[in-house]
Formats: sequence, structure tokens, C-alpha cells
Amino acid sequence: MISHRIPAAIALLLGAAVVAGCGASPAPQRVEILIHYSHFSPAEVTVPHGVPVTFVLVNEDAIAHEWLIGDAAFHERHRTGTEPAHGERPDEVSVSALSSAQTTLTFDEPGDVVFICHFPGHEAYGMVGVLHVT
Amino acid sequence: MRRLISLVAATTALLVFAGPTLGCAGLIGPNGAVNLLRTTTFAGYHDGVEHYVTSFAFAGGEGEFGSLVPLPDVPTKVERGGDWTLQRLNIETEPQLFLAADAARVGAAEAQVLLEVRIDALDITILRGGGAEVGAWATEHGFRLPPDAPEVLDFYANRSPIFLAAVFDADAAAERGQAVGDGTPVHLTIPTDDPWVPLRILALGKTEADIVEADVYLLTDHRPGLLPAPGSAFGPNGLELAHSGKANDLLLDDLRSDAGMEWIPDSAWLTKVRVNGSAADITFDLAIDPEGGAPSLADAGFLPYGPTPAPWATPRAWALLAFALALPLLAAWFAASVIRGRESPPLAGA
Repeated sequence: MISHRIPAAIALLLGAAVVAGCGASPAPQRVEILIHYSHFSPAEVTVPHGVPVTFVLVNEDAIAHEWLIGDAAFHERHRTGTEPAHGERPDEVSVSALSSAQTTLTFDEPGDVVFICHFPGHEAYGMVGVLHVT
Repeated sequence: MRRLISLVAATTALLVFAGPTLGCAGLIGPNGAVNLLRTTTFAGYHDGVEHYVTSFAFAGGEGEFGSLVPLPDVPTKVERGGDWTLQRLNIETEPQLFLAADAARVGAAEAQVLLEVRIDALDITILRGGGAEVGAWATEHGFRLPPDAPEVLDFYANRSPIFLAAVFDADAAAERGQAVGDGTPVHLTIPTDDPWVPLRILALGKTEADIVEADVYLLTDHRPGLLPAPGSAFGPNGLELAHSGKANDLLLDDLRSDAGMEWIPDSAWLTKVRVNGSAADITFDLAIDPEGGAPSLADAGFLPYGPTPAPWATPRAWALLAFALALPLLAAWFAASVIRGRESPPLAGA
């Protein structure tokens, strides 16, 4: 009985290893960003490329904010944008007062991207952060 | 007099906000950058009661404007202010103004509404709550708070969780025939042991380089102690002592004859503090000791109650203090050296 079980166990282990190896995907990451007194904390975040990252945005302020992440052209567009709220796209998140929101993004290439709140006056007040993608 | 009233724009300021909250930049609504002119307030303190008079000016436009005013304590009465108190004080100290006049919740409790009053085109609500509660209340009532609001509201709520929220209905003001620059004076009666006048709120929503201008009149039984102490000219704190002297009988009689001002005593000290500093510098309030003593750090909102060290706690002040302390020691050392020199024996061979 035992002699039958050992090869079966080995086969099961080998099979599991093969399956794991074939479907190897990096574990998703979770980054919590606090919004307090109209500032992001941390304002500098590092994540690996090619890995889904879930950003949890916790707004402790009694005013609404937004978290928009992208390149320079993206931000320039939002500086003069007219959208009253965001939520359709994972890189544009509105966070109501005293609430939290989350979004998941995967960055394919290493590099830096900036996240900003584009409510009037908020960027100038310092509501800017940098995401380093390694 | 009416002409004078409209010219001498006794305006209040504590900014703010109107219209729906909009995402993305460049969407400050027509009322977003409130054109509040110079702020004038009057704080009279007598028999343990502060009488706070300020004026909410109609700056034109449409819709609703909002203002938040932090208070040192709970008012027992909010009423329309007299017609000429602020103007009369202005004339007393600056007669030249006749010529120069220009015009998923993270969690917070709800703010408690203590009092609601309608005065002309103003809806006034007295609130009790922390910064988050009052901010949430304001947001829910259509106020568009600027990004520094959470910190500034906490700055006040940590010392006194009482706020006045005023919503100015510009349409109603226009219907009432109020012209741009006309103010609605509001008189608050506030029993308190710790009178102070909010200054930091005047910088709310401004950039660091923006200038905050205000005139603050104080009427106290004695020459008051002030913190920070205004200088004879504008100093680093942006305050100037523009007037300080015993109030004359004519002024007191004039003030007493205005509506709601019968409390004016027979004898008082009139102080005028002019504020003219950058928003980055006005990070404190004006604390008052009506008896002439030293006001508290808490009432002025200096460290640890606010972001700025007290005037005597800055490096420069410490250096001056060290020099002042060292001066007598140096003098004593010098005197001792001279005396020793006189007492020492003549040099050999002399």
C-alpha cells in the first residue's frame, strides 16, 4: 500500500510544481496612500513593473480629493479638464471626503510617473507624489 | 452717512466657496476666488463678555457665498450689527479714509448646530465640532473648501470647536438692493474668558505670497496685552499698532447709540491693530488679555497649538535674549577688570 502511495505523492508534487511554474505570476502588491491635510503620504512610492498594484487611498480630510496618475501630457490635460468626477478609468480616482477608494494598475515599463490631485489649488498646495516603477 | 458706509467697505473675509465641487483644475467657479476686500472687525470685551462685530460684504456676482469664522466660545446671541459701529471706529482712527476710501467614511461625527439665524441676505449657523465635522458640514452645505481648510479647521477646533458659518445669498442681496461693497454687519455676544480674534482664517485659500489685510478694533476696560505684540510699524508678524489710547467720551457715546451697543462702558481703551502680511506669515491669531497681562500661547495659536513658534521662541529672539542677558555680565566683567587694574601694584621700575 505504502509503495503505491509514494510514487503517487511524487507525481502529485511534480504536477503541482509544473502547474505553478507555468502559471507563475507575481503576487499582486498593495500600497496604502493616506491623504491628510491635502498631502499624500507617502508622497514617494516604489513598485515593480509588470505586477498588479492595488492602491488604497484613504482620505482623512473633510474635503474631496482625487488621485490621478500618469505622464506629463496626462496631467496637462487634467489641469484644464472639466470632468466633475472620476471613476471610469483605473488611473483616475475620485476620493470623497472622509472616505477611501481603491484601484488596481499594472505598470509595464520601469520609470517614474506622477500622481496629483487636480482640484483647484491642490497641486500648488503640494498634493503631488511620485511613483517609481522599477 | 450711508454713502460713507458704502465707501468704507467694512468687509469680512474668511473666504470661500460656492457652487458645486468640480474635478480637475481650472474650475474655480465665478465665486471660487472670493473678492473679499479688507476685513474689518471689532472685538469689545467688558464684564467677561466679548462683543464681536464684523461685516459680510456683498462682492457682486450670483448664487451663494460662504464664510467660516472661528469663535472663542459659544455665542449667546447673534444679531444684526449696528449701522455705524465699524465705520465710526474707522473714522476715529483714520479720518483720511474720507478721501482714500476704495472700496465609505473614514469616520467623523456630525457637527452640532447650536444656532441658526437669518440676517438680511445672510444665513448664519453656529456650529460645534472638530475640524473634520465642521468641514464635512460645510461641504455638505455647498461650501467649496480650499486645500488648506482641513489643517486650518483643525487648528481652530483644537482650541475652540465653535464656528460661525455664513452663507451669503447674492441673489437675495441683489433683490434687497444691496450694492457691491455694501456690508451686512453681524454682532455676536460671546461670554468667554479667553478673547481672541481669528487672523489665520483670513489666509484660508490664499497662496503663500498673497497679502492678508485686515483692521482689528479692540475696546477693553484697560490697555490690553496682545500676543503677538504689534509693532509701531509692520514687523515680521505683519501687525502694526495703528492706534492705542483711551477712548474719548464722544466716541463711546456714538458707539453706545448704535443698535445693540448699549453695553459700551463709560470708560474704555481703544486699540487698532492693522494686519498686512503674506498669507504664509499669518499663521496665528490675535490673543487678548483685557487686563493688560500676558495672553496665552494657546489663544494666539502658537506652538504647540499651531505651526509657528511664539515670537520669543524663534532663533532670532533667543539670540537677542542671550545677548540681553549677556550684556550685564559683560559690563560687570569689564567693571571688575577696571577695578582690578586700579588696585594692581605699579609695574616694577615705574
